[in-house]
Amino acid sequence: MARTTETPPPQPTPSSPWRARLAAALDSDLFYSFKRSKLVVAAAVLALGIVGAAFLAPLVAPHNPHDLATLDLINANIPPAWESQGDHRFLLGTDDQGRDIFSTILYGTRSSLLIGISSVLLATLLGVSLGLWAGYAGGRIDSFVMRLADVQLTFPAILTALLIDGVALAIFRNYRLEGGKFWILVVAIGLAYWVQYARTVRGVTLVERDKEYVQAARLIGLRPAKIMFQHILPNVLSPVLVIATINLALAIITEATLSFLGVGLPPTEPSLGTMIQVGNKYLFSGSWWMVAFPGLTLALLALAVNLLGDWLRDALNPKLR
Amino acid sequence: MLAFAIRRLLEALVVLLVVALIAFTLFRFVGDPVSQMVGQDASVEDRETIRRELGLNDPILVQFARFVGNAARFDFGISYQVKQPVVRLIAERLPATLELALAAALFAIALGIPMGVYTGIHRDSWLSKVFLTVSLVGISMPTFLIGILLIYVFSVWLNILPSFGRGEVVDLGFWRSGLLTASGLKALILPAITLGLFQTTLVTRLVRAEMLEVLRTDYIKFARARGLPERAINFGHALRNTLVPVVTVIGLQLGAIIAFAIITETVFQWPGMGLMFIQAVQSADIPVMAAYLLLVALFFIIINFIVDLIYVRIDPRIRVYRREA
Repeated sequence: MARTTETPPPQPTPSSPWRARLAAALDSDLFYSFKRSKLVVAAAVLALGIVGAAFLAPLVAPHNPHDLATLDLINANIPPAWESQGDHRFLLGTDDQGRDIFSTILYGTRSSLLIGISSVLLATLLGVSLGLWAGYAGGRIDSFVMRLADVQLTFPAILTALLIDGVALAIFRNYRLEGGKFWILVVAIGLAYWVQYARTVRGVTLVERDKEYVQAARLIGLRPAKIMFQHILPNVLSPVLVIATINLALAIITEATLSFLGVGLPPTEPSLGTMIQVGNKYLFSGSWWMVAFPGLTLALLALAVNLLGDWLRDALNPKLR
Repeated sequence: MLAFAIRRLLEALVVLLVVALIAFTLFRFVGDPVSQMVGQDASVEDRETIRRELGLNDPILVQFARFVGNAARFDFGISYQVKQPVVRLIAERLPATLELALAAALFAIALGIPMGVYTGIHRDSWLSKVFLTVSLVGISMPTFLIGILLIYVFSVWLNILPSFGRGEVVDLGFWRSGLLTASGLKALILPAITLGLFQTTLVTRLVRAEMLEVLRTDYIKFARARGLPERAINFGHALRNTLVPVVTVIGLQLGAIIAFAIITETVFQWPGMGLMFIQAVQSADIPVMAAYLLLVALFFIIINFIVDLIYVRIDPRIRVYRREA
């Protein structure tokens, strides 16, 4: 999908593996179904644009919102540049601390994305490992892991994340947490979303476990861990990829929600949710831009990732081909 | 049926005990309950007396048993922050959340079912496409953004609806209701829409999918052949047969509504349990957090239990499957 468009330019030698791989990727069914839908291409361009701008924030952003020296309260609450009281230096206006909204959005999106991606990685790692283990070992381990999944599934993930976050904040309340909050959020969101991976992977593993290649691997005396991760895992990767994409949108929204509720990232280190929380306080004084632009970025990012996830689910589903 | 119900009930009890254990661990080991209750300048002897009175020197198992016993009588201790019994705080806040959740669920049903029926019958009309696109956007928009958007349009811009609080409430003795005053009803509109919007899209999509399936069946064709009016076919025959999964999903979603009420209540400063919980999280008010956790778990388990039983009653296939398993 998106990655194919990102592949580095082919080497000059015509028979280079890069070029062959690129040609194969451009010729694949997946890329064909990608090209066919204009909506999906638009979503990919949008997502890539937001992600690219966010990770290049230090280069792209006109100001650095983390640099306290450049902040000036005189510049607080300036409307966007096209309004009559706007300032050409601040394209989308400034917030209550005099931070440039546009730059803060870039840095904030980067925080949101980093937390989202890290927590999806954590959830994937945890869910896939537990699912493989449960499916392969069977018996008590299987029923224990699956009961655990059932119990957690009774509660909405946002509640689980909020609870883990709250407990962690209560434990560490006497410590100064600067970078620590980042990891608390990653763990809280990651632990909230592992169940779906575990269930899917377990289901596939149960089927794969009895196939000949696994029996052969067992016969020649390979260790269970090697069989699980090297032989069975490749067969469950495509559903895992689909879940991970859709979960990325959920994780980003969850992070924004926690930050909005005031238990996420601190205002000094804004994410999109924190920006919206701060801006919400100034909504009644007419400073709509403090909420509108971070909110729009968040909604567009979630929508684009959701669309990509939907497409990937259909494209990788052999029944729909 | 009875054996199944008993087994589910036992499982539910185990889950509740696990949640109670988590809540107890929180209560006992996160922060020191004694230093939360007394001031900085309390002497060591005073602290020791309180420790003994609270039974914090007893064996852990005894303490856990006492915690469960108290919780079973809805005694959750005293809030660190407000210095009031937690159960009284919850009793004050429960009506607000339940009224909001009920209004949101009604909104989702009242809007979601007609939209689902319409998009199911008229698959290719432009209005159906509009409905479905809007519902996709509705799923992607975080709840709090929808709330802020509604506040901006209806409170700041048009200035016709209040943006925070419950309005005037009437005290019915055990229940403080906002449903009986004009300002209370007006204050309910925006939060209920915010909370119900996600469920609306869910109901719409579900009803649509079920309608599409039912309309293809033979008995609908037969009803057409008998020359029944479209209205009777669509509503009397088709819709009725889609309602089983719809009722189930709405029932299960009640739990999600309670959880998402945390967000909506924060946006609208709605004085319910969700707002209480988020304030407890921010100030590390462990007794309130533990009580909320237990209460929500109880609520979820009851809903799941009822839905499970309804399932078995409605769908005989589950009964057969369970018996074999």
